Amino acid sequence: MELFNHLAVGFGVALTPINLLYALIGTLLGTLIGVLPGIGPVATIAMLLPTTYALQPVSALIMLAGIYYGAQYGGSTTAILVNMPGESSSVVTCLDGYQMARRGQAGAALAIAALGSFFAGTCATVLVAAVSLPLSALALKFGPAEYFSLMVLGLIGAVVLAHGSLVKAIAMIVLGLLLGIVGTDVNSGVARFDFGIPELSDGIGVVVVAMGLFGFSEIILNLESTEKRELITTKLRGMWPTKAQFKLAAPAVLRGTALGSVLGVLPGGGAMLSSFASYSIEKKLAKDPSQFGKGAIQGVAGPESANNAGAQTSFIPLLTLGIPENAVMAMMVGAMMIHNIQPGPQVMTSNPQLFWGLVASMWVGNLMLVVLNLPLIGIWIKLLTVPYRLLYPAILLFCAIGVYTVNNTSFDVMQTAFFGLLGVIFAKLECEPAPLLLGFVLGPMMEENLRRALLLSRGDPTVFATRPISAGLLAAAILLVLVIALPNIRRQREEAFQEA
Amino acid sequence: MMSIRNPRDFWSGVLFVALGIATIVLSSKYTLGSAARMGPGYFPRILGILLIVLGGILALRATRSAGPPMPRFKWRPLVVVLGSVVLFGAIVRTVGVALSTVLLIVTASAASHEFRPRESLIAGVLLAALAVGVFVIGLQLQLPIWPWQR
Repeated sequence: MELFNHLAVGFGVALTPINLLYALIGTLLGTLIGVLPGIGPVATIAMLLPTTYALQPVSALIMLAGIYYGAQYGGSTTAILVNMPGESSSVVTCLDGYQMARRGQAGAALAIAALGSFFAGTCATVLVAAVSLPLSALALKFGPAEYFSLMVLGLIGAVVLAHGSLVKAIAMIVLGLLLGIVGTDVNSGVARFDFGIPELSDGIGVVVVAMGLFGFSEIILNLESTEKRELITTKLRGMWPTKAQFKLAAPAVLRGTALGSVLGVLPGGGAMLSSFASYSIEKKLAKDPSQFGKGAIQGVAGPESANNAGAQTSFIPLLTLGIPENAVMAMMVGAMMIHNIQPGPQVMTSNPQLFWGLVASMWVGNLMLVVLNLPLIGIWIKLLTVPYRLLYPAILLFCAIGVYTVNNTSFDVMQTAFFGLLGVIFAKLECEPAPLLLGFVLGPMMEENLRRALLLSRGDPTVFATRPISAGLLAAAILLVLVIALPNIRRQREEAFQEA
Repeated sequence: MMSIRNPRDFWSGVLFVALGIATIVLSSKYTLGSAARMGPGYFPRILGILLIVLGGILALRATRSAGPPMPRFKWRPLVVVLGSVVLFGAIVRTVGVALSTVLLIVTASAASHEFRPRESLIAGVLLAALAVGVFVIGLQLQLPIWPWQR
């Protein structure tokens, strides 16, 4: 079997001591920031990107990927023990996880969350490996017209599945695309929108944008609320779930894994959406839905499996098509670019060690997480007692040093502060920053493919509609917008997000 | 008479329209070219027009359906957090990591309503030692530790 050969190559890379070390660092850091509310994987990856310059590209990507799925494990710990989502994807875990903890079943909830996540992670890793080959083979046949349409579909899909106003989200994408093309145009050599500032002729760095929009503004918004964080210490008794609990949880884990795997691949999907969807499905399928919100173990098992599966399968579009579907994947694009790897279908053939090494490392990382997470819970709880007034200046410091060292210029620090301000303004206006980051990363690629497609068609714009694959992709994008614009579905979508 | 019933949507619409106009004005000095041979001004102008259209829709819709009022800006965290970071960026090369870290931690801590000067000074010194250890010695980043090391 070809697949097994590839996976063997992958494990050969992932199991070298140095890559094991970086997987461990990544997953531990991911768990750490997952446990801590107020800092997410996007800001963390932005913070660590500059430090990966000296690493082998595969080690860098293994570490950064570990942060994302590690955060899924960590987020559940805080949700269950403190009733606070450490990560946005574990919002729903609070509902039943914390109730279980209050009944003295914190251990069972944590164990189910970890085991479910591990099962989901294992399945998702296999899925990533299995789907990647045919998908990237298909993507290699894509011309510029198909690529352009694919990006349109990816970007539209990403905002359709997110919550909030659709028009605002599309406007944020457009703004992101514009920010993405700041700097020297590769075709004409003209420096665009540089305002005569030489540093801007190289374009705006992805670290700068992400750290400002996701790191700084998050801290500022957190500081605006004056309420104090309460910490409830729960005694961990009886770590292991009972047989009856296993029986209830097992099917929920299976469903959550399947759902998360599918939703993870869709644009805009990933960990958060998967967990929300899984919770509502478990509630609908349950024999006794009234138990939900009072400590139903399915309400922990399903979403926690789903968010981990979703976190992992969201790598599929990135690795095979080069299209990031959420903000974390946009950061991964940034990381690949920094190491001179153009994300896309050619990565698998031109750089198989990197590709399969990364895939295999996901399973290795999951194994580390399930082994390490439960014994380390005591330490994570201790960390939660560190007050925010001590935590945020330290985060700011690491951000500032990180962003300074990308190019060793203070101009980047100023720019990041500017994007921090922008992030606060957008938050006040209820404009989500994630679509902007996606647009930002795709901006140059989108312009290039539009340019090439129209060059090949001698300026005829109908090329996007006459080539069948391109037409299909665009039709899907238009359909998505129309469907979501229908009042009925719109209402249901709002409700789905309200409920959770 | 039109009235703003959804201020958040209205002002985001205005912001997008303004940014769209700025884009078109700025890109007017770049060659437009034709669809087959796009100049550097082609794609930005498309995006500028899109921004104006989308912003316009938002602003117009905001006069029809109602929404919650604008949330208030709180200036202290905004100014203090961003100010301390800008200060750090401006002085780190001349003053060195050690002192600028202490300064960053102490000034940034003042953004919180629970500010405790002495505690933040201790945190600053500890974090300065950590930053020097991890970034300058550990990761070998090109940063001076002290002011006289330039």
